[in-house]
Amino acid sequence: MAQEERDRRVVERELTMSRAMVEAIAHEMREDEEVFYMGEDVADYGGIFDSTEGLLDEFGYDRVMDVPISETAYLGAAVGAAQAGMRPIAELMFVDFFGVAMDQIYNNMAKNTYMSGGSVNVPMVLTAAVGGTYNDAGQHSQTLYGTFAHLPGMKVVVPSTAYDAKGLMHNAIRDDDPVVYLFHKRLMGIGWMPAPGGPKTPVPKTDYTIPFGSADVKREGSDVTVVTLGLHVHRALEAAESLADDGVDAEVIDLRTLVPLDTETVVDSVRKTGNLVVVDEDYRSFGVTGEIVASVADEALENLDAVERVALPDVPIPYARSMENEVIPDVQDIEDAIQATR
Amino acid sequence: MYEDMVTARYYEERLQEEYLEGKQPAFDISAGPIPGELHLAAGQEAAAVGVCHHLEDEDTVTAPHRPHHVAIAKGIDLKRTTAEIFGRETGLSKGKGGHMHLFDPEINFAGSGIIAQGCPPAAGAGLAAKKRNEDSVAVAFLGEGAISQGAFLESLNFAAVHDLPVVFVIEDNDWAISMPKERVSDVRDGSKRAGGFDMPGVRVDYDDAVAIYEAAGDAIGRARDQNGPTLMEVQVHRRMGHFMGDPEAYRPTENQEAAAARDSIERLVEDMEAYGIEGETLDELRTKAQERVDEAIEWAKDQPRPDPEDAYEDVFVNPPSGATDSEPEFELAGGDD
Ligand SMILES: Cc1ncc(C[n+]2csc(CCOP(=O)(O)OP(=O)(O)O)c2C)c(N)n1
Repeated sequence: MAQEERDRRVVERELTMSRAMVEAIAHEMREDEEVFYMGEDVADYGGIFDSTEGLLDEFGYDRVMDVPISETAYLGAAVGAAQAGMRPIAELMFVDFFGVAMDQIYNNMAKNTYMSGGSVNVPMVLTAAVGGTYNDAGQHSQTLYGTFAHLPGMKVVVPSTAYDAKGLMHNAIRDDDPVVYLFHKRLMGIGWMPAPGGPKTPVPKTDYTIPFGSADVKREGSDVTVVTLGLHVHRALEAAESLADDGVDAEVIDLRTLVPLDTETVVDSVRKTGNLVVVDEDYRSFGVTGEIVASVADEALENLDAVERVALPDVPIPYARSMENEVIPDVQDIEDAIQATR
Repeated sequence: MYEDMVTARYYEERLQEEYLEGKQPAFDISAGPIPGELHLAAGQEAAAVGVCHHLEDEDTVTAPHRPHHVAIAKGIDLKRTTAEIFGRETGLSKGKGGHMHLFDPEINFAGSGIIAQGCPPAAGAGLAAKKRNEDSVAVAFLGEGAISQGAFLESLNFAAVHDLPVVFVIEDNDWAISMPKERVSDVRDGSKRAGGFDMPGVRVDYDDAVAIYEAAGDAIGRARDQNGPTLMEVQVHRRMGHFMGDPEAYRPTENQEAAAARDSIERLVEDMEAYGIEGETLDELRTKAQERVDEAIEWAKDQPRPDPEDAYEDVFVNPPSGATDSEPEFELAGGDD
């Protein structure tokens, strides 16, 4: 078989997002003895959201560590181990639980580099599951990436496809700063929570990195720029396809990282389309939508004809399906927002 | 106690059936009439009834993510609880909370899905009772996996230094999701943590509702008499997976069999029969419990679903103007006209 043919076959192999993440983690663990993973139910269970499935078999309990339910202790311990030069990956099962350990996250993990005048650094990855859509109510359904992005000192990564998940994970582990890597449960390809079609993509077997701060144009279009991330990339793409039949050509930008934020790609797109829709599963106020609109206004106010924001209204996520569907933006909400810019 | 135990067990059996509807053959957590996660407590009933049978409505209970047996033993409104679990408008929380977040202020019952986070509010209820010189007590339930949490340890200390009328009850069911208890703590007896706070610590083995009842009586009596907090740990068993849909691949079959073999309800029945309580009486109680459960479930399923717009209500008790679409009921004072 010719090399070219082999490459193509390799790339045609499709993975779910969780498999792609694990592949990157396993690769880094093989390459570097200092990389290890710890969290609740990450060893025998393989991660509640399949985020570590298979790692225990290859690396054993020393490097895939189950920990007691004490987030302050083990997230803080990850900070300490990272400052000692190791490269820990610490998983917080649901992002909603950050409250019990927030001090270690935002006062130590995020600030020690700065407060030490750069003499100390914290090369760790904090992973956590985000997102609703399965009716688990207010303490298990939030996205909250805006909070991490708001507080300085953490890089914030939110992949939407298997290809991106792998490349961003390689980058996250190799990065010398703390990286918060948030994966949406609905995208992981878990048996009990069916994923939409989009996140399962071809993934190269070799390692590759996707630089932070490089947004990806997931669909090109000329009429309106839709900026989003995570699960809502797929909802925005669906909305764009459906509106294409009505003659509206939407460009869909996947931010992929919030810190650093690639405003250039967004601004260039708005210069082309003149219209901006920002879609976010996090709370509306003081969040991603406001940030993107403000960044575009800073740089390209004269190009901006219309702006729409689609986000979670400022309410805790309700349990009952009828109410959860109301507050989490769906394809129709995105279509309506796009139409409203016309 | 027997009646509450069989009510809780049968209730969860019925919930399990309802939960699985629409989720088979392929389990999809967001399908079916009961959405979200469902944590069942089969095997843990002795803890709930042994403790709660000393409590009045005025006494406060905080429950963790696995709350049904405790809620039933505390005397929660079963119909409205069920409506809540089905996500209906007449549910305890109007469909906003779901099964992990049951709130019934009539009986001072509150839930939280975040591990050990019911402990500080229980201490707060104890603090309120003490400040007001009332003789009510507060009980916080938690799992043995939760005893590593800061919130639990901080609450023990807080309750101890302020001599608050609080009883902390650890339900030791051997597992925290996939983590066996020996990998969570080097001290097998969680009640020993009481020693670090100079408070009494007791442990009751053997899923024994009567022994739990007696130990809880002492602890709750001590709290009511303003003699401060107690830490109790009681042995129960988790007969099911951590949540519905948990494949339990981490759990050896022998362990599952052992859990099934040590059933708190069967144990209580044996005890009662030894005391000469007739099987017929027990059958009657069981039938009564089942009728009550079936009635609650039928009622709940007939209840209306919340209007999507209801999602915007209840963020505040005093909504700032503009927070909801509804017009204020009052005229603004002053102005030009
Ligand atoms: C702060 C926090 N961390 C993790 C979780 C996820 N979680 C839910 S239940 C559970 C295990 C609890 O074990 P245990 O306290 O023994 O109670 P059990 O489930 O056995 O009743 C975990 C880790 C959570 N809800 N909150």
